[in-house]
Amino acid sequence: MTESAQVSVDERIKQESFLAKLMKRPELGAIAGAILVCIFFLITADPAMFTLSGVMNFMTPAAQLGILAIGAALLMIGGEFDLSIGSMVAFSGLFFGVCVVTWQLPLVLSIPMTFAFAAAVGAINGNIVIRSGLPSFIVTLAFLFILRGLSLVGLKMATGGSTQLRGVRDQVENDWLAPVFSGEAFGGLFAWLAELGVVETFKNGAPKVPGIPVEILWFIAITLAATYVLLRTPAGNWIFASGGDKVAASNSGVPVNRVKISLFMLTACCAALVAIITVMDAGSTDARRGFQKEFEAIIAAVIGGCLLTGGYGSAIGAFFGSIIFGMVVIGLTYTDFDQDWFQVFLGAMLLIAVLFNNAIRKRVTGER
Amino acid sequence: MTEDTKFHHGDAVKDVAPIVEMKEIEKHFGNIIALAGVSFDVKPGECHCLLGDNGAGKSTFIKTMSGVHKPTKGEIYFEGQPMSFDTPRDAMEAGIATVFQDLAMIPLMSVTRNFFMGREPTKGKGLLKRFDIDHANQVCMEEMRKMGINLRGPDQAVGTLSGGERQTVAIARAVYFGAKILILDEPTSALGVRQTSNVLATIDRVRRQGIGVVFISHNVRHAMAVGDRFTVLNRGKTLGTARRGEISPEELQDMMAGGQEMAELEGSLGGTV
Repeated sequence: MTESAQVSVDERIKQESFLAKLMKRPELGAIAGAILVCIFFLITADPAMFTLSGVMNFMTPAAQLGILAIGAALLMIGGEFDLSIGSMVAFSGLFFGVCVVTWQLPLVLSIPMTFAFAAAVGAINGNIVIRSGLPSFIVTLAFLFILRGLSLVGLKMATGGSTQLRGVRDQVENDWLAPVFSGEAFGGLFAWLAELGVVETFKNGAPKVPGIPVEILWFIAITLAATYVLLRTPAGNWIFASGGDKVAASNSGVPVNRVKISLFMLTACCAALVAIITVMDAGSTDARRGFQKEFEAIIAAVIGGCLLTGGYGSAIGAFFGSIIFGMVVIGLTYTDFDQDWFQVFLGAMLLIAVLFNNAIRKRVTGER
Repeated sequence: MTEDTKFHHGDAVKDVAPIVEMKEIEKHFGNIIALAGVSFDVKPGECHCLLGDNGAGKSTFIKTMSGVHKPTKGEIYFEGQPMSFDTPRDAMEAGIATVFQDLAMIPLMSVTRNFFMGREPTKGKGLLKRFDIDHANQVCMEEMRKMGINLRGPDQAVGTLSGGERQTVAIARAVYFGAKILILDEPTSALGVRQTSNVLATIDRVRRQGIGVVFISHNVRHAMAVGDRFTVLNRGKTLGTARRGEISPEELQDMMAGGQEMAELEGSLGGTV
């Protein structure tokens, strides 16, 4: 280029304040919400809630939901929904249970097989959505019922009439891979801290918190991985692009269909991970596992700043969305409030989050 | 008429071999004949305007050229070789870049992310292979500055840009990625006066770098301002190609509209169309 164009600063653009810049982060709402909820429980709840064991107490359900919510958030950013993840937890739990109990396979085979199985179901979901062009809402709503029904029927077939498959614990107890998916991690560290008197102990000297539940570590690892992928890899850019405008994305050379189908598979794998962790934890699997988790996961993703229309959101947001969730579910038991306020709270949070997100989107795109 | 504009016009285009040459292209959709024999070529450093009224087949034609549709009949030569593109990506990699009317821009994403959409620069290897966002930001700011747009920041969302600026981002993106042919689908149709002249100036800049520009429009005045050659498309057929200076805007207008009825209409409107 021989001539460089004349460029002048546009006098009509105001300097942005730090606050305005902060407002444009998708996860801001969730972080602010988490702080508010924290303050609320600091005032109203028993101080036991914020001891180490109290924190583990609310982080465990938060993590189980959060693993699903991260998957749901990525899929929502990619412009699709999956209402079948709750049923998927039950269905892959059934498959995992059958692998372990009925077929007596070691975890090193059962776990990859469960993931492969879940990914295959996710791929079916994704392919139907992509090829038919129908809204993913309706296709996965169908799968919500199909998978839940199959879990029931399958369980009865596997157990000869019961809707619960027991005996998982006996099978996996001595498996070398079990500690990765169940129980607590860093037991040694906590025991050492207990000896030093840093953490609370029972009378016999054992720490009150024997370690960090593995699901919390999985939850954090998945959040970090998802954030890295979204913000720092080409695949992340493709996810935003596919959700933002699939025609524009594919005209620019983004493999939109592949991205979306992969996201469906990933979401299903997140459900399978939750299934594996909770089934091993409980020692059995049943057909009600993951009931209504799809809604909770989507709510956590929306609180985390994901737009229902896709193309915007963050994994960090879904992380805090899930923590809010866990804090409220467990936190209410530490207060004098009736626990059934939980649902009211959930709906209100969702409504506020959607209103807030809508306002943020208008800011970002400069709509008026 | 050759109303002189401030834009440069290619003179050497006569003897240069065309980059893309399309011969007697036909495209049928079921029983509908969208293109019934279209011939068109683009040479490096020229702006070839494709004019036609709504429904003339302009969009189908560019989609054929950019690899979205496969022609039912006819031949496409790219740099002298017979060519058939399976996907828009193939065409893009060969150097045919298309800026569609919807611009392939995502308002919620930042300018940089849009700029590199589908072709993200990476660094590192294997699992550590990642989107080189610093480099991308730097390139994006630099390329936009060259096109005369000073971004607030590379993370500015495309949604906050004006129509003309978005158009320029799309053009800059195509040029940066080594387009030999730049197809612009009605780039000025939704723009104001000032933004239109900015986009026309951008087209002129792009042409000067030796890129062949295909400028699709139904606005004869915009076409006349930058075009070197003009091809008129009517009812799926090309009505011939004229060089700059060989044809007047009125003639072009007539050909686009299909002659007679337009003359009558124009009479009743007092020659204002």
